[in-house]
Amino acid sequence: MITKRIIPCLDMTKAKVVKGIQFINFRDAGDPVVLAKKYDAEGADELTFLDITATTENRPILLDVVTRTAKEITIPFSVGGGIRSISDMRMILRAGADKVSVNTGAVIHPSLINDCANAFGSQCVVLSLDAKQIAPRRWNVFINGGTKDSGLSAIDWAKEATERGAGEILLTSIDQDGTKKGFDLELTRQVSRAVNVPIIASGGGGTKKDFLDVFTKGEADAALAASLFHFNELSIPELKTYLAQGGVSVREAI
Amino acid sequence: MITIIDYGVGNLGSLANLFDRLSMPYIISGKPEVISRAEALLLPGVGAAGEGMKNLRDQKLDTVLREKISAGVSFLGICLGMQVLFDQSEEGNTLCLGVMRGSVRRFRMTVKVPQIGWNQVYYPKAIPDNPLWAGIPQGSEYYFVNSYICAPDDPSVVIGTTVYDESFVSAIAAKNVVATQFHPEKSGAAGMQFIKNFVEAYL
Repeated sequence: MITKRIIPCLDMTKAKVVKGIQFINFRDAGDPVVLAKKYDAEGADELTFLDITATTENRPILLDVVTRTAKEITIPFSVGGGIRSISDMRMILRAGADKVSVNTGAVIHPSLINDCANAFGSQCVVLSLDAKQIAPRRWNVFINGGTKDSGLSAIDWAKEATERGAGEILLTSIDQDGTKKGFDLELTRQVSRAVNVPIIASGGGGTKKDFLDVFTKGEADAALAASLFHFNELSIPELKTYLAQGGVSVREAI
Repeated sequence: MITIIDYGVGNLGSLANLFDRLSMPYIISGKPEVISRAEALLLPGVGAAGEGMKNLRDQKLDTVLREKISAGVSFLGICLGMQVLFDQSEEGNTLCLGVMRGSVRRFRMTVKVPQIGWNQVYYPKAIPDNPLWAGIPQGSEYYFVNSYICAPDDPSVVIGTTVYDESFVSAIAAKNVVATQFHPEKSGAAGMQFIKNFVEAYL
């Protein structure tokens, strides 16, 4: 039986800044490659690297981080941020990433999803969807790092993107993100039921129970969190033990 | 030394990193003259069967591969590199290499497709001493990314099964050929152990 995945998310931009200002306590933890190795050893099922300001600052992704990470870790990882073309995607896959996530670029040019899926296979193409609730049971897709309403319904866009070849959806609730008040269960469940590809829930995870809820009530296939893991508020082994006790199937690293 | 076959649909970097980590030498090549001299072969592969087979034919590797496999050269196929060993695949109605009898079918629509994530691999009770599973507990999790699965005609080649839409064949071994539907190169310690075991038992 397939297990539910726990995915730490590493923000390359922030990590670089933290390292750059030599914030002593976080200097080692600020190197994304060091963090990636730590999460691999602790039993993370996958890693996600996001260069969240790549689009708004219009600059390319940090390829050397991707190359160094690929050499060090033994689990899959995806990379996203500012992906506009097949050649952007090819560079990242060649550097050693297993998947690439597309967000704003795909909303502006939806055929980017078809092109990338045709060139590299659906399994490489993750749709990163940032959703914000605008009315009861209505969420819109926001682009440019969550700053601009695209006008698209999150459910409709999820369906269209998977028809175009996205193999997985990284679904972030802008409303919940950073609040640590729990994932948006209703949004996650609705998207999970609307499409036939795995859903990675993101935004709002603050407690072990939030993760249990997003798997059981939100019907997510994977759950992602960042600062919760980075600042040792919750360890992956502790979270997995809790989930297993709650009846959720999780991987036990040998 | 093992030769990793470059036919345009493989995650070559991940495999190179794995062998580097294990301090094991390897060659990467897509040239028939290099592959025809190889001591052992690894056929990786992510992507579609149609494109994979087309590339193998265009690079004139299909014939070389059949010859090497029938000559007894040790062979490891991963994911698409397992599927193309069979007679044919439902994916794009593709005629495959036909070195293993059987076919490749899509998961049923009752489950999410592709299967992405970690799933348990069980070896048959009859073969607990298979050297490929040395040091690997029954039911260990491996990383899968697949929409299609192999159905070998001969059940005796099955050395691993996994449950998704129903039980499917996740690893096979027959004479010099070993193949896995999962990605050992992305499966943490359990994956590294499997590759080590293959190298020790087959090279």
